[in-house]
Amino acid sequence: MLPTPSTSHVPYERVYEPAEDSFLFLDTLSSESEKTFLQNCFRQPPEGPTSKDSPSPFVVEVGTGSGVVLSFLHAHAENILGRRDILTAGVDVNRFACKATAETVGVGELEQDAQALSHGFYLGNILGDLTGFIKPGQVDLLIFNPPYVPTSELPPLPDEEAKTATTYEDDSRLLSLSYAGGIDGMETTNRLLQSLPEVLSCSRGCAYILLCAQNQPEKVKDQIKSWGSAWAVETAGTTGKKGGWENLQILRIWRAQ
Amino acid sequence: MKLLTLNFLTCAVKACKSSSASFPLHPKECELVSDTIAPNPKLIYNILPRVDWNALVVTASELGFPSLPPAAPTQEELEKDENMMSELHTLLLETSVSEGMLVCGNCGHEYRVKEGIANFLLPNHLV
Repeated sequence: MLPTPSTSHVPYERVYEPAEDSFLFLDTLSSESEKTFLQNCFRQPPEGPTSKDSPSPFVVEVGTGSGVVLSFLHAHAENILGRRDILTAGVDVNRFACKATAETVGVGELEQDAQALSHGFYLGNILGDLTGFIKPGQVDLLIFNPPYVPTSELPPLPDEEAKTATTYEDDSRLLSLSYAGGIDGMETTNRLLQSLPEVLSCSRGCAYILLCAQNQPEKVKDQIKSWGSAWAVETAGTTGKKGGWENLQILRIWRAQ
Repeated sequence: MKLLTLNFLTCAVKACKSSSASFPLHPKECELVSDTIAPNPKLIYNILPRVDWNALVVTASELGFPSLPPAAPTQEELEKDENMMSELHTLLLETSVSEGMLVCGNCGHEYRVKEGIANFLLPNHLV
């Protein structure tokens, strides 16, 4: 078992606290089946004069929250992806989550350094909505633990700088953005799915997206299959853990070529 | 936010997607910070093939770095050119943007960078 990054510095009154869904991500990404897939996907050519065929993968997590998943992947890049030269970045609509993630990644790096182990190269966190500001075709590995709980409506996105002092209502709204998924819990996930063909790298793009049973994962899989033979989808790892009332699974969506 | 991030960012406004002027974003009144990072030539070699070199040249020049050659150096060239290696190390790995603005060359929208975090949330009328 790879160690879980420390998140004791995260203000949980306004940033999503790591829970079953986050831990399912850690287990799945570090499972043998996913390590094999990822290492195959991002294999480096044997030592040679050029790395043109397999440059540093760009890894983006959307909705980092505490940063536990991104920090885990960043710290254990060599173990999971088979290489340490990955570039990592996080995105969140919550400024406090962006800050918390930067710190969680930093703590993870220090823990690796202390054991003389490697880690990736972290570019930073961006305050933003999904991937609309990322240059098309750049993301090699995208991770998304969405707001998947079915709710009657979606909370509005923050449209101005978060204040440094927040009220209880501000905090509740920030937290609700981390779980409230609207109709079928799929409103945000559907927007992310639609952006995949644009944002993912044409040669080796791959995404991991978590769903709960209410999101109707089989329907989501059928939707991706309808994109044609250039795309593939599978339930990743050994998922299907029961976490309370939710039955969670993580889909791996990739360009089949 | 590492300066290298600018190589991956474009304007979030939908209407700007089709305009080449929306990439790279232009730094304005930016404060830079530099972290000392141990030399890592292998990382530089592996990053370079995926860097949009023309965009990096623009970013570096707008931030007042020594001008870069018009084409990306090859690994063979870098192995022989310590100065260029050290310049790229500073630019790609050590330099971060901590405060300032990133401006779209097409629509002029200014994305604020605060405490190293760029804000790409759009005001409602631009969504």
